[in-house]
Amino acid sequence: MSKARTSLSRTALVHVALIAYTLIAIFPVFLTIINSFKSRNAIFRNPMQLPTPSTFDLVGYQTVLGQGDFALYFQNSLIVTVVSIFLVLLFGAMAAFALSEYRFRGNTLMGLYLALGIMIPIRLGTVAILQGMVATGLVNTLTALILVYTAQGLPLAVFILSEFMRTVSDDLKNAGRIDGLSEYSIFFRLVLPLVRPAMATVAVFTMIPIWNDLWFPLILAPSEATKTVTLGSQIFIGQFVTNWNAVLAALSLAILPVLVLYLAFSRQLIRGITSGAVK
Amino acid sequence: MGSLQLKSVRKSFGPVDVLKGIDLDVKDGEFVIFVGPSGCGKSTLLRIIAGLEDATSGNILIDGGEVSAVPPAKRGIAMVFQSYALYPHLSVKDNMGLGLKQAGAPKAQIEERTKKASSMLSLEKYLERRPAELSGGQRQRVAIGRAIVREPKLFLFDEPLSNLDAALRVNTRLEIARLHRELKATMIYVTHDQVEAMTLADKIVVLDGGVIQQVGSPMELYNRPANLFVAGFIGSPAMNFIEAARLGRSDATTIGIRPEHMTLSRESGEWKGRIVHVEHLGADTIVYLDSEKAGLLTARLFGEHHYEPDEIVHATPNASQLHRFGVDGNVIQ
Repeated sequence: MSKARTSLSRTALVHVALIAYTLIAIFPVFLTIINSFKSRNAIFRNPMQLPTPSTFDLVGYQTVLGQGDFALYFQNSLIVTVVSIFLVLLFGAMAAFALSEYRFRGNTLMGLYLALGIMIPIRLGTVAILQGMVATGLVNTLTALILVYTAQGLPLAVFILSEFMRTVSDDLKNAGRIDGLSEYSIFFRLVLPLVRPAMATVAVFTMIPIWNDLWFPLILAPSEATKTVTLGSQIFIGQFVTNWNAVLAALSLAILPVLVLYLAFSRQLIRGITSGAVK
Repeated sequence: MGSLQLKSVRKSFGPVDVLKGIDLDVKDGEFVIFVGPSGCGKSTLLRIIAGLEDATSGNILIDGGEVSAVPPAKRGIAMVFQSYALYPHLSVKDNMGLGLKQAGAPKAQIEERTKKASSMLSLEKYLERRPAELSGGQRQRVAIGRAIVREPKLFLFDEPLSNLDAALRVNTRLEIARLHRELKATMIYVTHDQVEAMTLADKIVVLDGGVIQQVGSPMELYNRPANLFVAGFIGSPAMNFIEAARLGRSDATTIGIRPEHMTLSRESGEWKGRIVHVEHLGADTIVYLDSEKAGLLTARLFGEHHYEPDEIVHATPNASQLHRFGVDGNVIQ
């Protein structure tokens, strides 16, 4: 920013607001992580205190990792999330390309129909989905979760990506056609690399609700072999007794993979390779 | 190798007729320019020739063969776009070679042709760079190189100079003229800039309202415009049009006279008028005057002339260079 357009007081105010927001957003995460390293008594006596030598305790992590199944839960969560993101991006981008690139009767109507899912929560259909999964024998499989999450993520993906694909230069696609690229090559080799920042945005928006979801794993895949992390950590929450050490440790661990995925995608958000393609 | 025939080509977008029956013959090796105001259908016509749009009806023949059902890549054409349209993730070399690679040409041939094209356009130094690392002029040269490498029957240019600044535009124009001489290829070029059209073309096609207004060499269009539209479109500043009745003539509806075919004098002349504005361009002086008899006139004088606004002067048209137009706008021979 140029010096001429900024004043110290204004910059300071902006920073105060941003710092306050950052603190509010990070505080629960911070609280979860510090308390996961403390003994049970210390969690309740002094929830705000950092772990000291006397209160430091890894019992939560020992419980979680000692249960043995948690590696499996993590694996389930990762499989479901990654495969769903992949399918959402693939099918979403393909539908978006068709909507933005080809003129056909009912184009707008189709676009609206595909975006309708943004406004209607998929959970309203839970009973029908469960009946369908029972009928097809998919209950207690990861496939069931992947199918539901793909359906859940598609409307937003189609909506965002078709807007972005409209901005890809027609000349570029036509140059590809003249050079003999098929429509699939144009899509995969010219258009997708140019909308990569939008794809990353969609990936982040799709990933977080899937990773955190408790509803569908509980209903569609509650068996031991298909439990996700969020569902798995519920075993420590009982009606009368809750193992807070274990819950906090499980939640702290659950943050890690999603953080890694987020960092991977957000690098794409920042990097744009479109410069130089067209003026 | 490289003739093009269009037979009553029509194009409608819904109820809007963009092209209303285009008939055109382009001979092998000709440089043909489509020129016209924006919205006249010239770019649509080019895209139909390229195969990027389908004509609503009519025939397109390249080298005598009907190509209406042939995909763009198999028509033997290459196209240069206004926005360059380079592949951002490929190097200059790969940008130029992609078309041949898709067609399954052997590596050695791609290498050889890329080399030849890049030396023609002095791009050898930049072969490994990405488009983002090139300037606008270089990018457009790469786009032209990509077309040359394909050795097409027809080169199609869609306003290739519009994104370049004035100095580069002149250079690139010269470059395209030189390429046309060297390659002896058939080129079809779309522009709204009549200077490009006049300087490059063997044959200019003037389009307006989806109809061809006139086809001819640059000098034919300048000296013998077929109708009011062509007369007004070709030449800068534009031709003066005067109602014949005001001049007491009954052999035409409109009289046209080009600004450069008039002389000004302070003493005497045919049309007396007051100077409204004077533009000094160094080589030319352009005088706008409001005459009693002929209305608002533009005169272009060669060299420096010291006229001032509000002066009273007399304009005299060069009688042999008057154009007469009938009531339908067509010229009267």
